[in-house]
Amino acid sequence: MLDRKIIPTIEEAVHFDLQLKNCDRFTLDNKVPVYAMNAGAQDVVMVEWVFDAGNWYDKQPMVAATTNFLIKNGTTSKTAYQINDFFEFHGAYLNRSCYNETASITLHCLSKHLETLLPVVCEIIETSIFPEEELAIYIQNQKQRLSVNLQKCDFIANRLIDEYLFGINHPYGTYSNAEDYDALNTDLLKAFYKQYYLNGSCKIFVAGKMPTGYQSMLNKAFGTLPLHADTPLVVEHPIVTAAQKKVEIINDENGVQGAIRMARPFPNRHHPDFQKAHVLNTLFGGFFGSRLMSNIREDKGYTYGIHSYFQNHVHASAWMISTEAGRDVCAATITEVIKEMELLRNELVDMEELNLVRNYMIGSLLGDLDGPFQLIGRWKNYVLNGLDENHFYKSIETIKSVTPQELQRLANTYLQPDDFYELVVI
Amino acid sequence: MIQFDRFVLDNGLRVLVHEDPSTPMAVVNVMYDVGARDENPAQTGFAHLFEHLMFGGSVNIKDYDEPLQRAGGENNAYTTNDLTNYYCQLPAQNIETAFWLESDRMLSLAFSEKSLATQRKVVCEEFKEHYINKPYGDVWHKMRTLAYTVHPYRWMTIGKELSHVENAKIDDVKNFFFKHYRPVNAILVVAGNVKLEQVKRLAAKWFGPIDMGTKYDRQLPIEPVQTEARKLEVEANVPLDAFVKTWHMDARLSPGYYAADLLTEILGGGAASRLYQTLVKEKQYFSSIDCYHFGSLDAGLVAVDGKLVKGVSMENAMKAVDEEIEKLKATKIEAKELQKVINRTESVIAFEDMSVMSRASSIALYELLGDADMMNTEFQKYQAIGIDDIHAYANSIFDNNNSNTLLYHAQ
Repeated sequence: MLDRKIIPTIEEAVHFDLQLKNCDRFTLDNKVPVYAMNAGAQDVVMVEWVFDAGNWYDKQPMVAATTNFLIKNGTTSKTAYQINDFFEFHGAYLNRSCYNETASITLHCLSKHLETLLPVVCEIIETSIFPEEELAIYIQNQKQRLSVNLQKCDFIANRLIDEYLFGINHPYGTYSNAEDYDALNTDLLKAFYKQYYLNGSCKIFVAGKMPTGYQSMLNKAFGTLPLHADTPLVVEHPIVTAAQKKVEIINDENGVQGAIRMARPFPNRHHPDFQKAHVLNTLFGGFFGSRLMSNIREDKGYTYGIHSYFQNHVHASAWMISTEAGRDVCAATITEVIKEMELLRNELVDMEELNLVRNYMIGSLLGDLDGPFQLIGRWKNYVLNGLDENHFYKSIETIKSVTPQELQRLANTYLQPDDFYELVVI
Repeated sequence: MIQFDRFVLDNGLRVLVHEDPSTPMAVVNVMYDVGARDENPAQTGFAHLFEHLMFGGSVNIKDYDEPLQRAGGENNAYTTNDLTNYYCQLPAQNIETAFWLESDRMLSLAFSEKSLATQRKVVCEEFKEHYINKPYGDVWHKMRTLAYTVHPYRWMTIGKELSHVENAKIDDVKNFFFKHYRPVNAILVVAGNVKLEQVKRLAAKWFGPIDMGTKYDRQLPIEPVQTEARKLEVEANVPLDAFVKTWHMDARLSPGYYAADLLTEILGGGAASRLYQTLVKEKQYFSSIDCYHFGSLDAGLVAVDGKLVKGVSMENAMKAVDEEIEKLKATKIEAKELQKVINRTESVIAFEDMSVMSRASSIALYELLGDADMMNTEFQKYQAIGIDDIHAYANSIFDNNNSNTLLYHAQ
């Protein structure tokens, strides 16, 4: 008779020997570095062009983001429609994203179409023209989208908490206003494009089942562009934190929920506490079985979800707790978060709980290493943050070896409610 | 081509195995043949509430998540109007943990009052977060009620109203469980770094002893053919006017489904699609516009959904959408445009099949539809659609008498 009370034997994930598959590296004729993960069973590929063109380099708000968005909306020989239609005809997706330090153009397509598509990506990088009409439509639609978002408590909360942490003039703390869009013009975009894309610093990441000869395809399309390869630009921005720690805002009188954000500054990935704090964070609020979820969702039912995480940027990070809770239980939610911080400061984590977190983290890391797109994503993260595979192996070692005493020390250093901004937006 | 093996346990549980030795992970996916369409109209939101309760402990296991996390695994679940799907992924070495967990909650839940009380609250917060506290959050609540008169697609999976979830009792929960969550109404897919023989042994060991249950006999009211255009106008505290129009389309297994899917691509798939190009870029009547359907198993809806540029009248916007629809009805599409949407479909399928988790849920879905092997012939069904089929189908569904219009005015 089967005894269902007996748990099947497991092999603890902490005993796994995880290996990070190396990526291939080569450079194009113009010294642009390419990082490649040629693997996978499906005939699909991804190519990402990463430029040092994030809002870190903005001299006026929204220029970086708008340049990135409109880069594919017209070249010297193709309209926005022709470009979109070309990629869509081949079942391909050409996306672009603007981040703080970097901005990228990403192509996803079937392997068989790569050779046809690359020259048109090149054309975009080389001859984008930023038509007035495209900018006008973009401004109008972005302002409309913003007006909708400004009704959402979570949107407001995300903007303000960043502002408190870094200051409105810092790239990590800034956000868009309708006036910023109105102040844009195509000359600004063209100048930004010329400096940070056409003559900018670019790295290429590719992954998937690459077609034979993909290296020369890339070189042929991009190896002669005036991209100046791998020379990071130095620009400094001072961080200006807010003086007031606790803020409550009523954005919608009839709101039935409050968006709660609690956050404190935290050092970047290179700090010796970074990886250990990652373990503490997972235990605190980083997964479904975390203390915050167990208490505030699974026991109290105050929210659909509550999470803590590091908002990682290249230069600095923030430790953030985020949730949307019922309007009448917002205060109670914050009290519980503070209680959970206190517990971690005052009591050692028991080994059973720590082991669970370790196994969960290693198991989930194993899952994250599955597939070429995930692997190149990890490599990209390392490359852009000036790290290498040692970071990976050290992080595994930390997960396996960090002690309850060290976690308690970290809790006492970082999980001090007075250091946290506390924001509720209803 | 996705390879799999299939066997059926004596209790009727269908088991499908997809071996992929290239991954270190295993996926265990259990799909139950129950969705919001199977709910009592007075107790809507139940299938979804139930999904939450499935994590509140089973008869022999106090906590579902903890042992799975200890085994290095992660899990989640979703409920649609048609079905409920539970999936977990863990290192392949520890696959038996997933069998142990999933079989125990198929055997019986713990039916804890505390879990019910908490999850009622959690689901109410989910309801508020997504449907009440968001601008335009109730659009589909209103549209479903307008477009369906008798079919249970007239409510959303989260439920018609908060009170249905708030009033759920433990006896209702038990009845629902023993009616739907039985082996005979479930499909188990095991995928990843596993072997058929191993899965056979584990399935027999853990799921074999569970009582078969009674096959659920789905008898849903059939939505009568709509014979007159319906329109609803509402005012709400939103910054922009919005417009949603729907037309009834065919069920998942009908040939019309594939034509409808391609039509939504032609109209709204991407920045070079007809609606986007004409209405956002050229006429600038809309700041955003989409065309989509939900992949419903019973007869569903094709929807056009957009937000108007400030200053544009609702009437002009509506007329402009109708003109685009009329063009499709009047003039056959070019071969190149058909090729484009077929290419896009090919690409979507290839990208979907990348992750073992997504392959596992596709296998389960197609098995639920009747035969998992259909996932391998799906693309051919799209390729079989010709220009004339698209034209005929556009003319058949885009009939104004078959339409439902929701005008959502900013106050």
